[in-house]
Amino acid sequence: MRRTVFPHKVLPWLLLAPQLAITLIFFYWPAAQAFRQSVLKEDPFGLSSTFVGLANFRKVLSDPNYLNALQVTVVFSLLVAFGALAIALFLAVQAEKIIRGKGFYRTMMIWPYAVAPAIAGMLWLFMFNPSFGTLAWPLRQLGIQWNPLLDGGDAMALVVAAATWKQISYNFLFFVAGLQAIPKSLLEAAAIDGASRRHAFWTVVFPLLAPTTFFLLVVNTVYALFDTFGIIHAVTGGGPGKATETLVYKVYNDGFVNLIMGDSAAQSVILMVIVIALTAFQFRFIERRVHYA
Amino acid sequence: MAARGLARTMAHFWMILGVIIVAFPIYYVFIASTHSVQTILRPPLPLLPGPEAVANYTEAFTGGVGRIGGVSLWLLLGNTTIIALGIAIGKIVISMASAYAIVFFRFPFRMACFWLIFITLMLPVEVRIQPTYKVMVDLGLIDTYAGLILPLIASATATLLFRQFFMTIPDELLEAARVDGAGPWRFFKDILWPLSLTNVAAIFVIQFIYGWTQYLWPLLVTNSNEMNTIVIALKKMISFADADTPWNLVMVTSVLAILPPILVVVLMQRWFVKGLVETEK
Repeated sequence: MRRTVFPHKVLPWLLLAPQLAITLIFFYWPAAQAFRQSVLKEDPFGLSSTFVGLANFRKVLSDPNYLNALQVTVVFSLLVAFGALAIALFLAVQAEKIIRGKGFYRTMMIWPYAVAPAIAGMLWLFMFNPSFGTLAWPLRQLGIQWNPLLDGGDAMALVVAAATWKQISYNFLFFVAGLQAIPKSLLEAAAIDGASRRHAFWTVVFPLLAPTTFFLLVVNTVYALFDTFGIIHAVTGGGPGKATETLVYKVYNDGFVNLIMGDSAAQSVILMVIVIALTAFQFRFIERRVHYA
Repeated sequence: MAARGLARTMAHFWMILGVIIVAFPIYYVFIASTHSVQTILRPPLPLLPGPEAVANYTEAFTGGVGRIGGVSLWLLLGNTTIIALGIAIGKIVISMASAYAIVFFRFPFRMACFWLIFITLMLPVEVRIQPTYKVMVDLGLIDTYAGLILPLIASATATLLFRQFFMTIPDELLEAARVDGAGPWRFFKDILWPLSLTNVAAIFVIQFIYGWTQYLWPLLVTNSNEMNTIVIALKKMISFADADTPWNLVMVTSVLAILPPILVVVLMQRWFVKGLVETEK
C-alpha cells in the first residue's frame, strides 16, 4: 500500500473522467440495453414493446440456425485454437535448439501479427481461389475437387487455415518466452538421468509450460470466437449455405442485415455470458501464474 | 538447450519451413502486385516480381483505386492512419490518466472506478453490436472520426498495465518530489513519464496494430465511402464472382494495407515483444 499520495480531491476525478465517460456511454449503457431488449418483444413498427421474459432466449436456443451456428463456432474455434497452439509450440521448440539466426527467425515469424484478420482471409482466398489461385491450381491438376465458394467443407478449411495462420506469430512469441524461462539445469538433470529428448520434453518441458499454454488457450479461444469476424465476413459471408456462420457473424447478421432485435439481443446476452466465463477463467490462471514466477 | 549436429540442422529445416508458411501469403500478394491482370488470372503465378510494378502502383495511386472503391488510395491510407494513431494515442492518454488517479490519489470509490474500467474487458463490441450502434446514431457519430475512434479508446488492459507499473514506483521518490515542492503535474512530467517510456512504446505498437486492423467497428459506423478504412475498402473492391475486378490494383491495395503495420511491428520489435509478452500474461 502506498503511504504517500497527493492530497487533491477533485483532480483525480478529472483524470478519470474521460475513461469513465467512455466506458459508461459506449460499454455499460449499450450492454444494459442488450439485457433490456433481450426480455422484450417489439411490435413490427418498433413503436411499443412488451415484456416477454425468457421467450427470446427459448426461441433462440431452439432455432436450428442458431444451433448450427453454435456447432460451426465450436468446430471452428477448436480447430483454430489447437492448430495455432500446436504449430507455434512445435516451431518454438525448434527455435530453442538454434543458436545462430534465432533473431532472424523471430523477425520473420511475427509478420502475420500485423495483418488484419479480414486481410489474412483475403490473402488465403487469393492463393486458394478456385479460378486463379496459384495454390488451388496444383489441386486441380491432381484432380482434387476444390471450391471454397461452393463447398461448405472447403470454405471451413479455408477460414480455419487463414485464422490459424494469423495466430501462429502471437503464440510463437509467448512459447519462446515460456521456454526461455525454464531452468536449463532441469533439462541437464533429465539428460544425465538418461531421458531422451522426446521424453524430457513431455515430462519436464511441457508441464512447466502449462501456465503459458493455458493462458494461450483462453486467448486463442477468445480470438477464434470474436476477432475472426473479419475473416468470415470478408471471405465467406457465413456461406456457402450457413457452413461458416459463427455466433458473432449471426448476431451481426440478425441485428444489422435482418433487423430482428429481440433475437439479436438475446444472442448478445448469451455471448456476453461466454466472454465473462472465459475472462474469469483466464484471471484464475493469472493468479496461479504469480506463484510460478 | 541448444542441440548438436543433426538435431540442429533439422531445427533449421523446420524453422525455414515455418517461415515459408508464415511469410508466403504476404510474399505472394507482393509478387501479384507486380504483375498484370492477365498474368494474375492465369495460374500458376511466377515466383518472382514481374515487370508491371511501376505501372500498377502508379495507376493505384493516381486514381485507379478510386474508380473501383470510390475513394483514392491516399484518402484510405490517411483515414486508417488517423484512426490507428487516434486509438493508440487516445488509449495511452486516458489509461495513463486513470492509472495515475487510482495509484497516486486517495478518494472515495477509488477501487470501484478501477473495477468499472476493468470489467469492460468482458464487454467487447461483438456482444453489444446493436445497442452500441444506436448510441452512435443518437449522438450523431456515424461517419465521423470521433465515432471511429472514441468508443475504441477505453482500455482495461492499458489501465491495468500502467497501474501495475506505477505501483512499483518507490514511495521515497514521490516523497522526495513532494518535499521539493513538486505538484502532480511536475511529478508526472519530470519523473513518471521518463520512467514509463518503454511501457508507452510497447502499448503504442500493440494498440496501433489494433487500430489499423479494426474491421467490425468501421463496418458498423461508416456508410460513406469517404470514411472507409483501407481494410474495409479492400473488402468492397473485391468480387470473386465478377470477372471485371482489377486484380492488379486489388493486390497493390492489399500490400499497402499490410505494409505500415508490419513496418511498425518489425522496426519496434524490441519494445513490441517485451510489451506483448510481459503485459498480457
